This record gives sequence, C-alpha cells and structure tokens, in this order.
Amino acid sequence: MIRILLLLLTLGLSGPALAQSDPYARLASDSYGDIETGIAGLAASGDPRAGAVLAALAEGRLLYRPSDKALFVKQGDGLVEARSGGAATAEGLKPVRANNKIRRALEAAQGQLNLVSTDPGKRREAAEAVFKARDTSALPAVETALAKESDRGIKRLFEQARAALLLAKPGTPEADRLAALPILQARGDGDSIAILRTIAASDPSETVKAAAGRGIQAIETRLAVAAAAQNVWYGVSLGSVLLLAAIGLAITFGVMGIINMAHGEMVMLGAYTTYLVQDAIRAHAPGLFDWSLAISIPCAFLVAGAVGVVIERGIIRFLYGRPLETLLATFGVSLILQQSVRSIFGPTNREVGSPGFMSGAFDLFGLSITWGRMWIVLFSFSVFLGLLFVLRKTAFGLKTRAVTQNRRMAAAMGIRTPWVDAMTFGLGSGIAGIAGVALSQIDNVSPNLGQGYIIDSFLVVVFGGVGNLWGTLVAALTLGVANKLFEPYFGAVLAKIALLIFIILFIQKRPRGLFALKGRAVES
Amino acid sequence: MTRTRLIDPKGWIFLAALAAFCLVVPLLNLGIPEGSGLHLPTYLVSLFGKYLAFALLALSLDLVWGYCGILSLGHGAFFGLGGYAMGMYLMRQIGPRGVYGNPVLPDFMVFLNYKELPWYWLGFDHFAFAALMVLAVPGLLAFVFGWLAFRSRVTGVYLSIITQAMTFALMLAFFRNDMGLGGNNGLTDFKDILGFPVQAQGTRVALFVATGIALALGYLVARFMTVSAYGKILIAVRDAESRTRFLGYRPEHYKTLAFTVSAMMAGVAGALYVPQVGIINPGEFAPTNSIEAVIWVAVGGRGTLVGAALGAVIVNYAKTVLTGALPDAWLFALGALFVVVTLFMPKGIVGTLIERFGSRRARAKLPPEPEIAPKLAEEGQG
Amino acid sequence: MSGTDLLEPIRHDASVGPATKKRVTDALLYLDDLKVTFDGYRALRGLSLTLDRGEMRAIIGPNGAGKTTMMDCITGKTRPDTGTALFDGTYDLTRLDEPAIADLGIGRKFQKPTVFESHTVADNILLALKGPRSGVASLFGWRNRVEAERIDALLTKVGLIAHRGRPAADLSHGQKQWLEIGMLLAQDPKLLLVDEPVAGMTDAETAETATLLREIARDHAVIVVEHDMHFVRALECRVTCLHEGAVLAEGSIDAVSADPKVVEVYLGR
Repeated sequence: MIRILLLLLTLGLSGPALAQSDPYARLASDSYGDIETGIAGLAASGDPRAGAVLAALAEGRLLYRPSDKALFVKQGDGLVEARSGGAATAEGLKPVRANNKIRRALEAAQGQLNLVSTDPGKRREAAEAVFKARDTSALPAVETALAKESDRGIKRLFEQARAALLLAKPGTPEADRLAALPILQARGDGDSIAILRTIAASDPSETVKAAAGRGIQAIETRLAVAAAAQNVWYGVSLGSVLLLAAIGLAITFGVMGIINMAHGEMVMLGAYTTYLVQDAIRAHAPGLFDWSLAISIPCAFLVAGAVGVVIERGIIRFLYGRPLETLLATFGVSLILQQSVRSIFGPTNREVGSPGFMSGAFDLFGLSITWGRMWIVLFSFSVFLGLLFVLRKTAFGLKTRAVTQNRRMAAAMGIRTPWVDAMTFGLGSGIAGIAGVALSQIDNVSPNLGQGYIIDSFLVVVFGGVGNLWGTLVAALTLGVANKLFEPYFGAVLAKIALLIFIILFIQKRPRGLFALKGRAVES
Repeated sequence: MTRTRLIDPKGWIFLAALAAFCLVVPLLNLGIPEGSGLHLPTYLVSLFGKYLAFALLALSLDLVWGYCGILSLGHGAFFGLGGYAMGMYLMRQIGPRGVYGNPVLPDFMVFLNYKELPWYWLGFDHFAFAALMVLAVPGLLAFVFGWLAFRSRVTGVYLSIITQAMTFALMLAFFRNDMGLGGNNGLTDFKDILGFPVQAQGTRVALFVATGIALALGYLVARFMTVSAYGKILIAVRDAESRTRFLGYRPEHYKTLAFTVSAMMAGVAGALYVPQVGIINPGEFAPTNSIEAVIWVAVGGRGTLVGAALGAVIVNYAKTVLTGALPDAWLFALGALFVVVTLFMPKGIVGTLIERFGSRRARAKLPPEPEIAPKLAEEGQG
Repeated sequence: MSGTDLLEPIRHDASVGPATKKRVTDALLYLDDLKVTFDGYRALRGLSLTLDRGEMRAIIGPNGAGKTTMMDCITGKTRPDTGTALFDGTYDLTRLDEPAIADLGIGRKFQKPTVFESHTVADNILLALKGPRSGVASLFGWRNRVEAERIDALLTKVGLIAHRGRPAADLSHGQKQWLEIGMLLAQDPKLLLVDEPVAGMTDAETAETATLLREIARDHAVIVVEHDMHFVRALECRVTCLHEGAVLAEGSIDAVSADPKVVEVYLGR
C-alpha cells in the first residue's frame, strides 16, 4: 500500500516529466504513437539494455502489464524485468504491439543503437547502413557516435555517413556542404558518385555544384584507374595462359628451331591426361580429389613428353634443317592426334573438375581475384622458372645449349646429340602437357583444345624473339595485358585482330622479335 | 642460252588433259540423257569444277612456294577474299527475291536492321566491278603485306607464321556481324550469275568450263613468269636470297610481284569456287584450309606447277571418296599424307616422275629446301 | 607507288647524304675508324684502310680479326656503329643497302662459295651480267646474242666453258669458286671483294686462281682476303694484316711478314 502511495506520489509530482523522459513507460502502451516515441527515446538514451529491449520488441517478446505499465521481456520459458534485466514473475501481461510504422522506427533505432555498439563489426555495418539509407533523422545519433568513436577506420565511415546526411538534409550551411564533398570524394565509390551527381545537378549554390563536379571527375578518374588495374590483372592472367601454352614451344621452336604444329595437341593430351587421372581418382580414391591436379602434372608431362619423343624419333629427326617440311609433317601429326582423341573420347567436351582450392575469389586492394586464375598465374611462372633452371643450371641444359649452338662440336665432345635432340623435344612437349593440366581448368577439354593455342603460341615466341626464354615471358605478358586493355574499347574480337595486325607489323620492323640475338651468324 | 620453252612436254600433257576433261565432262552431262549409264550427274560437274578451282589455288601457291621459297600459310585468305567479292556480286543479283523481299539489302542486312547498303558494297551489282575486285582485293592485300614483309626480309618460317596470323585475323574479322558480310553464315542463297540461274544445269557446266579455262590461263601466266629471266631470278632468290642482293637485285621486288600475282590467281580460284558450291563463309579463312592447300602442292610436287594442280585434284578426290565412305578415317589419311609425303616423297608425284624419267636439266630445276632454321648465335668470327 | 615503279631499280645517286656533294678523297675505297659490335663482341675496333683505283690488296689476319666483318660493312650487309666508309670518294656506304652498293660497282665473292645451284653455269653468269635489275624488264625482256657471247667469253676466262650447260650444283668446290669469280667479272664492278678464294683448292688450282686474280687486277681494284701465305705472295700486291678489328701492319708481303707484331699474333713462329 505504501508502495502504491509512493508511486502515486511520484507520478503526481513529476508525472508528465516522467512520462516524457521514461521511454520504458512509453513503450508499455497500446498507443502506436507512444510506442514510437518510446523506441526513439530508448535508442537515444544510451541505456545499455536498450538493444535487448528493442530486439525483444522486434521479435514480439516484449510484454507489458497494463495495470502498472511494467515492462517484461520473455526469455525462453521465463521472464525478465525489462529495465533491470532481473528475473521476474508476473501475471496478466499483454504483448507490446507493432505495425509497419513501428517496425520501420524499430529498424532505424536498432541502426542507431548499433552505431554505439561495443562490437566494431556492428558499428561498421551500422555506419554503412546509415550512409546508404541517408535518413537525415539519424544525424544526431551519427554525430554522437562519431564523437565517441576511437577506431580510425570506423570513424572515417561515420564521417562519410555524416557527410552524406549533411548533404541530404535541407538547410545545411553551404560551408558544411562544401566540407562534406571531399569526404565523399575520398570514399570514391558508386554511391558517393551518385550523391555527388545529385548535388552537382540540384544544389542551390553554384560553388557547391562546381565542387561536386570536380569531385565526380576525381572519382571517375580513380574508378577508371581501378578498372584498368583490374584489366591489367586479367591481362596478366591471360598472359600467363599464353606463357604456359608458348613456353614448350619456346624450347622446340625457339631453342631447337623445330616448327612443331602438333604443339597444341601436346597441350590437348595434357588436358585429357588430367581428365583420365581425375576419372581414376573418382573411381578409386575420391579422398584424393583435391590432389588430382598435382598428380596430373607429372602424368601429363610423361604422356606428352613420351609422345614428343616418339614424334622426334619417328619424324622430325629426318627433317632437321628443313623447317618448312617439319611444319607440314607435324601438322599431319596434329591431325592424327586430334582424330585419335576424337575417336577414343568422342568429339564432345570432357568434364574436368576443379579442386576446392581453385574456387572462390579474394579481394586485393579493390581488385577481385579468383583463386583459380591466381594459381594458374603462379603455376605458369613456376614452370617458367623451372625451365630456366633446367636449361641454365643442369648438365642436361648445358648439353642442349651445346648441341643447338654447335652440333658437330658437341658431338665431337662426346655428347650423344640424337639423345639430346629427343630429350629436348620431349621436354618441350612435356611442358606443353603440363600446360594442358592448367588449361583444363579454364578451357573446354575437347579434341580441338590445342588448335586454339597454336597460332597464339607461335606469335608469342616470334614476338619475344626466337631462342630467348625471357623474351617469351615478356611477349606473353605484353600480349595478354594489351589484349585485355584493348578489349573495353574494341571488344574481344577486334582487340584480338588488332593484336594480330600489330604483331604482323612488329615483325616487319623487328623480324627477330623483341629480344633479337644480334650477330653475323644469326643473319645467314 | 638456256632458254626454256613456254610450254614444255609436261605442260602440253597437262593442257591437253585439261582440255579433254573440259570437253568430256560437259558432253557426258549435257550430251547423254539422264538415266543412261554414261550420264554424268550435274552435281558431279560442280564437284569437278570445285576441284579445278582448288587446282588453281594450288597452282598459285606453287608459284610462290615452289619458285620463290615463300611458304604461304595464308593463301586461303586470298581465295576467300576473291570468293567474297564474287559472293557480294551474287548477293546483289538476288534483288527482291530474298526472304524479306528487300530490293537493295540482302536478307542478313534486313535481319540486322541495316538501313542502307554499306559503302563497300557499292558497285558489286556490276559483274565487271566485282570481277575487278576479285583481282584487286587479294592483289592489294598481297602487295601491301608482301611489300612490308619482304622489304623487312621476313623469310622462312617467320613469314609462314605471319601469313597464318593474317588469315586468322581475317577469319575473326569476317565472323563479326558488324563486318557487314553475313557474319558466320557468310553469303549464300545465290540466284543468278550474269542473268543465268546458278543452279541450272547449263550454268553449272559453263562454270565448270570457265574454271578449266582459268586454270589453263593461270598455268600459262605462272609458266610465263617462271621461264622468263624473271623466273630465273626468282629461283635465284629462292636458293640464295642474300647472294642476289650482292649482285644488285632487290629480291623484295621480285617476291612482291610473284606474291601479288599469286594472290590474284587465288582470288580468281575463290571467285569460281563460290558459285559452284553456292556459299562462302568465314570458314574459308581458317588457317587449316590454307595448310591443306600446301599439302596438295607437296603431294603433286612443288616447283612443277602441273604437279600442284594434279595434287589438288587427287587429294580432293580422295577427300570426297573417304569422307563419304569412312568419315573418321579422312583426317587420319590426311595427317598420314602430310607425314608420308614430307618424309618419303619430298618432290611429290610429278617431281618424282621427272626425276625418274626426265632430263638431267629438268632435274636440276627441282628446288632444294633452303636452310632457314632459326638458330642461336654461333660464335661470331671475324 | 605503282607496280612498275616498284620494280624499277632504286636510284641511289642523289640520296646518299653529305658525301655526295664533293669528292672528299681520291681513294676508291676509304674506310676510317669503323666500329662494329655484336652483342658486346667488338668485331671491328676502329678499322681504317684506303684502297687506290686499280689497286689489288691482300688482307690477312687470324680468325676473328674482322676480315669478313669489314667486307660486310663495305657491301652493306652490316651497318657499322660508327665510322666512315666512302666509295669513289662520294658514296657513303654506311647508308646504302646491298643492291645499291652492288649497283655502284662493288662485287663480292663469299667465303663459302654461293652460286645458284638450281641454275646452269651459264645462267649463273647471265644473272650476274651488268644490266637493268628491274623485275618488269626481266619479265618481258630477254638477253640478246651479244650477251651470250660475253657469257661464253667469261666462262672461257674462268675455265668453265665446257660446263656451261651443267647445273651449278654439279660443279666441284673449286669450280664453284671460279664460277663465283666469273659472276663477279660479269658484274664488271669497279671493286671486287674476294673472300678466301682458294680455300679447299689443290695447289695447281690455287696457282691458276692467283694468275686469274692478277689478270683481273689489271683493270679492276681487288681486295682479297686469304690465309694461304703462298697464295698471297703469288698475288704480288700490298698486304694489310688485321688483328682484333684493326689494322696491325701494312706494306709489302716481305715487310709485313717480317713485322714482329704480325709474327707474334698471326704467323706465329
């Protein structure tokens, strides 16, 4: 009884003030207006329980006792007192109701609450949400949060949100609007540019309009640079594919001087080897699937390399010194290999799977990079370096270079030149096979796979300078990047045609490629 | 002086055989009623006409490869360009008989919402203009391409590779719808040529005979070029290009001329091919086609002209027979042909025959393969 | 440019640069401070040499001395990095290409005999004969009887008249050397560059070749590169010894072969 009296007394003394300032009391109501006010009040109060209470309201777990306007939150089977969070029991409770308007208010309030959440991830999200929603009523909350924020990254987000709100809010002083522009410009994404466009079109002040215009330009420049960077990456990726395809040819054509038109088919054999390895793994050891590419690499090398050795011993060795006839004979071989594969595996594409580590993407300084491409780039550079090592640092490489430079002298020194020829050709073919493993991941594994790469590969080797491995690397990357940089302007096909024409003209200018060997002997 | 006659014995045999072929085929087709066992169906007349067009292409290739050492892997491009020039004329002759009935625009242009004829189609309604373009377009391309390449002394496999790149680039270009040449469907559904229906028996026989005459003329032109002093210099350039420079010759001039004339011949071959097969599409530019033409020459015997024509007919006849009987076997056979000819019959059929039965001097005319392998720098010695 | 223009020979007279304006030297061939580098290897390191009209000169020197590179510079095959090369005191050889230089009247025989193997001996001479070099002329013109006689005279001179109808490929090594000399003569150049003409010849052939060259030298300037000292002695001319891309000694054969520097680097006693 005394408690009730006291309560009444309190109500009597400060009734209206209490009702105004106590959001809990407002919430314990069946008037939507009151509830809405309560939500806003609670969100602005900084009360540590506010988040839990609002969440309960959103989920329909907030109850009130009409008799004394006490608020409770249903938690599991029990009840807790809303204000204190202490366990409680009560009878005759009614849920606090919500309509669409309430829900909207609730969302905004929760967003504001998140602005001051203790979880930095939540604050970040909330700042972004405010920036995107541009609800000017959130401005005070943002300013409060900004004042409190200590994390520099999040603080910047708050500043951006504040700038967006200031610009959206009618009546912001011109100085503040001008100050807000550079913040958006610094942010520089599509949303910022949209805001700046609105300002540039409709702001009452010419100064602000002009500043916004400059900001748009700055952002557009930066976006273009970012797009170019992305294209360069695509170019590097394409270049690494070209490198993979051409690198074996850099040996057979560049070092040995053999025109191997069946080079593309070596790549194709490598891809089919991958298919067979995966097939075997699926059937006998599914757990090893993630290792299927690693297992395929040596297999593809051996298969393509062995076929290469057979071609060299069976055909090419009779044609040394007659490059044009080698070209024709190996073209015949390429037809036979294609048709063989077509007869065995059928003309349609074969499905080669990707292990887990090849899928997905990651973000690097705003560039989106897929893991598959990333691995192919790395792989192709590793193959390149490995080959360089073999040719430069091993006894076999020494013999190869000796034979290609002076066959008779090498023979006189006791090098078995036919063996070196066969092994070198096998090495070049084997590397083409390895390329096939990688290309099986990004291209259709069909009998025609190799044909798509043969012309490009030759052009890469010729462009880079025959006999120069580094030239091949530079040429592959140059052509890859140039192709992707042209594409946005000309489209894929025209870009490709432009490059072909460029190479044709380039060879007129420098018939020996980018890194030509100079000297009397090469001229004859 | 070792002057060579314009038409030597093998030339007479060739021309006589060609003349006989061009007489007998029409006779068997027109002169003998259908139903008789001796009657030659009209589709075979066109098939033979196609062989003769290929023979002209092979002849043009032999002019540059056999006598000039230029292994062009892009002659299909000149063939295709000539074919397109003819195709454009034939498209314009359709007039309002197309599916959309547009009197000016070919069907594919109506379909692609063209409002008017692109400028490069203008004039193609006149046969004379189209015929000029059949020569001029491949000729000009070859002239520019050859002049640039030969002046820069691009030779051997490098040249082969860039000719291949050229035809590949053209193929990509012609596949584009924006090119205004029918995209990947190419040009087809022809109706009339010079007012005669393309499909009619008489027209087909006439086209066949025209192709035979073109082949004979092509042979005479090539022969005229190769037996003149020009031809001797050409062969000298083939065998020792740098030596001719020290004698004061400019090999690039000689090669450019041969390459240009050869491209024009290929263009004519393409122009005669198109009305007989009824279609031209970008597939004709495929690098594989050009390489296939090289093997015709190699099979027949390069540097013999007659052999090139013969090789084209033999290989294509084999192709027709094999693709009909054993479709899968054709590529095996073609591939094996490439290998076997280069390994065991480098002089081809006619070359081998000359070697066995021909005179000593004729033997010497057969080309050795010049050494143009790219190789690493040997020790420079001073 | 039309097709026929293309096939005209390049006019070289007016386009050779400052040297055309006045005759700088009376020497037929004037080389000064020629330098050539191949990928870091210095083939010529300041070679200077002058040759008078009608003079015959023998060039000797060890392998790598720069003999062939010098010839390459004179004939336009190699462009020197720096230096002067004047022909007839007016033509700057460093700015002309091979056909233009050949047209000026400089003929060259290579170390490895290079004849047109598919052609007959007579045709080889025919192709070398002085005359228009244009493609159209070659297509429609034909050499007349006078030239046939000239060819026979030349073949008689080099002793190959009996082989005139044979393919050049059938000739022996020595005969090919002579055929190439015959081709040089057919060009009727003012200056003949002859690189190792007697390599692979028998002693008798060598002696004959020396006689032939002496005869040629009566109305032509000749530079002969040769290792065979007996042959060089038989030429009876001034000798220049090259070493490491520059002139080491110059003078009569006796003076040069007595020079202690030459003895040390080349003759090596």
